[in-house]
Amino acid sequence: MDKLMLDLKAQIVAQLNLQDVKPADIGNDQPLFVEGLGLDSIDALELIVLLQQQYKIKLSNADEGPKVFHSVRTMAEYITAHQAQNS
Amino acid sequence: MISKQVVYKNRQRVFEEGIKALPDFLVSAYQHFGLQYPRFYKMDNLSKLGWLANEVLLQGGFEKERYKPEKIGIVLSNASSSLDTDARYYETVKSIPSPALFVYTLPNIVIGEISIRHQFKGENAFFIFEQFDAGFIEQYVDGLVNNDILHCCICGWVEVLEEEYKAALFLVEKEKSRDSVIFTKENLNKIYQLENG
Repeated sequence: MDKLMLDLKAQIVAQLNLQDVKPADIGNDQPLFVEGLGLDSIDALELIVLLQQQYKIKLSNADEGPKVFHSVRTMAEYITAHQAQNS
Repeated sequence: MISKQVVYKNRQRVFEEGIKALPDFLVSAYQHFGLQYPRFYKMDNLSKLGWLANEVLLQGGFEKERYKPEKIGIVLSNASSSLDTDARYYETVKSIPSPALFVYTLPNIVIGEISIRHQFKGENAFFIFEQFDAGFIEQYVDGLVNNDILHCCICGWVEVLEEEYKAALFLVEKEKSRDSVIFTKENLNKIYQLENG
């Protein structure tokens, strides 16, 4: 899980073009939106693309979005659970 | 004005750099002027160029507090609309379309980026012409200002297509200030052609 969270941080910085943020600056439990990293609705769509491109996961239920993309840890948990389901 | 790797303000060169690709040149200029706006990095080239030209235009002198946000407007024009980004977006459609590119597939998004930055809420429009039409800009902006729709207007040309680009922005205010130039199509054209000597 730690390795996955490290990978996710680097992928988020690259995918969202966060030039002023280093992967190490992102806390595992830091909220990604609003008061945390300050991402916006377009960034949310880019995170969905990131899941598709990097992990071949399609977010089937949009209502899951806020929970899945709350933090790097929740994203990693979602990916891990999805991979376990499909293995 | 920004063109051919040179940034001008009030007809003076204020930044220039050797040959560089447009995205790199825009980031260099952004850093040179000490701007702090992380959203800049997410913009497409057209918005970056227009946003940067506007920052240079307004830096050191413009007092937006003199106007109500509803009385500050933006009227821009170009030849290629958002074609530069449309083509990039089209490339992504072949695999997974990029939402971040999609939102820039309209030319007037650059007006939105400038408005968000400065909280301008006045009338705005984006026109497509084959080339800069100073007469049209003069007439249109005159109409907005003389009919009390706007008291201040940022207007001009913001064009990007691959490595060809040019931004020429003008700040038009109802009240004449110390160093202002009279708002006529002749003066607009003179400033627009500045880079040609």
